[in-house]
Amino acid sequence: MRGLAATIVLVGLGGAAWASDDTTFRYAFQGELSGLDPYTLNETFSLGTLANVYEGLIRRGPDMEIIPGLAESWEVVDDTTWRFHLRRGVTFHNGNPFTADDVLFSAERVVSEGSDLGARIPPGAQFVKLDDYTVEVRLATPNPILHSEWDAWAIMDKEWAEENGGVAVTSASAETPNYAALHANGTGPFKVVSHEVGVKTVFEANEDWWNWGDRSFNIDRVEFTPIASDATRVAALLSGELDMAYPIPVQDIPRVSANPGTEVLTGPELRTIFLGFDQDRDELLYSDVKGTNPFKDVRVRKAVYLAINEDAIAAKIMRNLATPSALMISPSLYARSGEFERLPYDPEQAKALLAEAGYPDGFSVGMDCPNDRYVNDEQICQAVVAMLAGIGIDVELNAQPKAKFFGKVLASGGYDTSFYLLGWTAGSLDSHHVIFNLNTCRNADGTEGGAFNLGNYCNPEVDALGAKILVENDPVMRDQMIFDAFTIIHDEVSHVPLHQQGLAWGKAAGVALVQRPDNKLLFDYVKK
Amino acid sequence: MSELPAVAPRGRLADSDLLAAFLRSRVAMLAALATLLIFAAAAFAPLIAPHDPYDLASLSLLDSLTPPAWRAGGTTTYLLGTDDQGRDLLSALLYGTRISLAVGFASVTFAAVLGISLGLVAGYVGGVVDAVIMRIADVQLTFPAILIALLIDGTVRGLLPGLTREESAFGVLVLSIGLSFWVQYARTVRGSTLVEASKEYVLAARLIGLSPVTIMARHILPNVLGPVLVIAAINLALAIITEATLSFLGVGMPPTQPSLGMLIRVGQDYLFSGEWWIIVFPGAMLAILVLSVNLLGDFLRDALNPKLR
Repeated sequence: MRGLAATIVLVGLGGAAWASDDTTFRYAFQGELSGLDPYTLNETFSLGTLANVYEGLIRRGPDMEIIPGLAESWEVVDDTTWRFHLRRGVTFHNGNPFTADDVLFSAERVVSEGSDLGARIPPGAQFVKLDDYTVEVRLATPNPILHSEWDAWAIMDKEWAEENGGVAVTSASAETPNYAALHANGTGPFKVVSHEVGVKTVFEANEDWWNWGDRSFNIDRVEFTPIASDATRVAALLSGELDMAYPIPVQDIPRVSANPGTEVLTGPELRTIFLGFDQDRDELLYSDVKGTNPFKDVRVRKAVYLAINEDAIAAKIMRNLATPSALMISPSLYARSGEFERLPYDPEQAKALLAEAGYPDGFSVGMDCPNDRYVNDEQICQAVVAMLAGIGIDVELNAQPKAKFFGKVLASGGYDTSFYLLGWTAGSLDSHHVIFNLNTCRNADGTEGGAFNLGNYCNPEVDALGAKILVENDPVMRDQMIFDAFTIIHDEVSHVPLHQQGLAWGKAAGVALVQRPDNKLLFDYVKK
Repeated sequence: MSELPAVAPRGRLADSDLLAAFLRSRVAMLAALATLLIFAAAAFAPLIAPHDPYDLASLSLLDSLTPPAWRAGGTTTYLLGTDDQGRDLLSALLYGTRISLAVGFASVTFAAVLGISLGLVAGYVGGVVDAVIMRIADVQLTFPAILIALLIDGTVRGLLPGLTREESAFGVLVLSIGLSFWVQYARTVRGSTLVEASKEYVLAARLIGLSPVTIMARHILPNVLGPVLVIAAINLALAIITEATLSFLGVGMPPTQPSLGMLIRVGQDYLFSGEWWIIVFPGAMLAILVLSVNLLGDFLRDALNPKLR
């Protein structure tokens, strides 16, 4: 279906290319924008695209620095009290004024059922309206990084949501999207003109944007088309039908660079690609091992780690546009990353460990993998399958488009997976984000603890360290605690980190844009 | 026809116009030769393939994207090069052809059995039964076969979520392709059955009290099979193409058991980057296979069609 859809899209683009003028920015991504509800999916592409329409209390600049957004300023009154002063004169796209009520409404909605962004607000935090333009956040425990991820927490219009029945969040596995998933009403620099899932989304510049006077973009229309097929996406860029396409498959980078009129922007991405195991259930959902869960045994997890030849993956599948990683966080975000080393590729030792754990002949397990989310994700999974076959683990691969994949493996799908590949960017640019979201014990439906700890790796020591890290203000102490937590995670193989993937964006030579290491494309930096 | 020498009986086949026509048609002979070669290669794939592409443990990622042997960087270990996972392309090609042919034959057989039975019943029983079966057939004819195959594929997977892709892919493919191609058989057989049913030998059979099933199977069936053979030959090519399309779209065979379509799907990603062999060889194989089977089918149709003589 993907190929077919891509062909249709391409044909459609061919017609549109002539109709649009110089101020239209046309781009393609490998996956689709499934819905417009900014709380449905805590995933970079959805968040990044919707960040052009919706805004948070803070924003992040070209170098990821925190700058004021809908909050003009804020102050930490005491350890557990923050006060946010909201920007005045801001209106939503429908003309409604933006006030403290909208912040309170969004704070309630973002932690409600179906939201994938519940971790944006720490448990026990209270939002209090002091006046129309001042909001106080009262915390249960100190939290020095409270606002660090709020650039990706969209503030929604209370009145609009209530009037149109968009109060409930459309969850990632929902089959019937509500009004807020089909329409958008933000405060951002662009409005959604039309949205056809899997076909095309059109945005238009919002002349009433509060920062319109100081804007740095000169485009007034943006057309997004998902093109799943790598070859088709590259062809569309090369032929000039697109101003920008990403990701450019690593094998096609030389070709796009050599082509006059197009160039490739590469850079390190913060995202870490890793493998995860179900360590929660007493019996795996997809395996021939009955009555017990082999992944609960650290020796089995370690065997999997040892069986993966990450250097080969980085060199062959990623064509060196990836940095093998021992940690679940990008080295640029944690100063002491250099002190960790990947376990070496050693299939013999892996087999020995498997035998020791009671699986001398291996076992079979099902693996979930997206095929349109990360750079060469399906190829990586296939390579993992082959490498694990080498030590006797028979992996049955289920590679699906990201919409189906996320709907299955995330909390909304009931963590329906035994073994999976996932990518993670520390949204707050801090190690705590990784320790908390991916390595903290969670409850069954993910409403408490690390919601993205899909396999529920659970070690109270790590949890305790995580809680301390969150409230520690001394940087050296903090780094030491992070070090301790990462050491446990590394030794117990909570996950198998693979690599930080590289960013590869293809663009027309005449287009200027900012490539942030979080891989979000922000229209308000685009010049044509 | 009149130039043919009248010779002593040599058995049905040698005597037939079919063989004579075949021996006169160079295209048919060439197509038959190519088909035979490919069938043989596919049938004996486990014996002649240098590697076992299903043995994942033997794949080495470090050998991936090796060019064919005659190009710089190629090795004789991998005559036609390797794909993105380090799979030997020649072996994958042989096994892939095997899968494509197996799916093709199985689905054609399935479609033929289903179509012939329904056609016989419709033609012989007539009335409401006939109307219902043929209206279903008419409705199905309004949809392209590939769409129906996609629909059935999706439905079956939805209904049987417990089945893993690797276990179910083959069966689901055969079912979806078979169910999308039965109409032609049913219509043809029904037409012939209507003609045959009023003939004296059928009346005689009814008079001596044979059951309808016996009459249909023993008496009418052999007399309506001629055209069915032609349809089957042409549909084999169609079924192979449909399987390739489904696999190309990602709903066919799983990546660990690549058919020709799956190999082409993989190769497509490397079109721009210079690793042309991943798509060219499976593509060429598919083209040659389908072309020769089609040419054979065409030849059969012409040779058996009295109007063209």
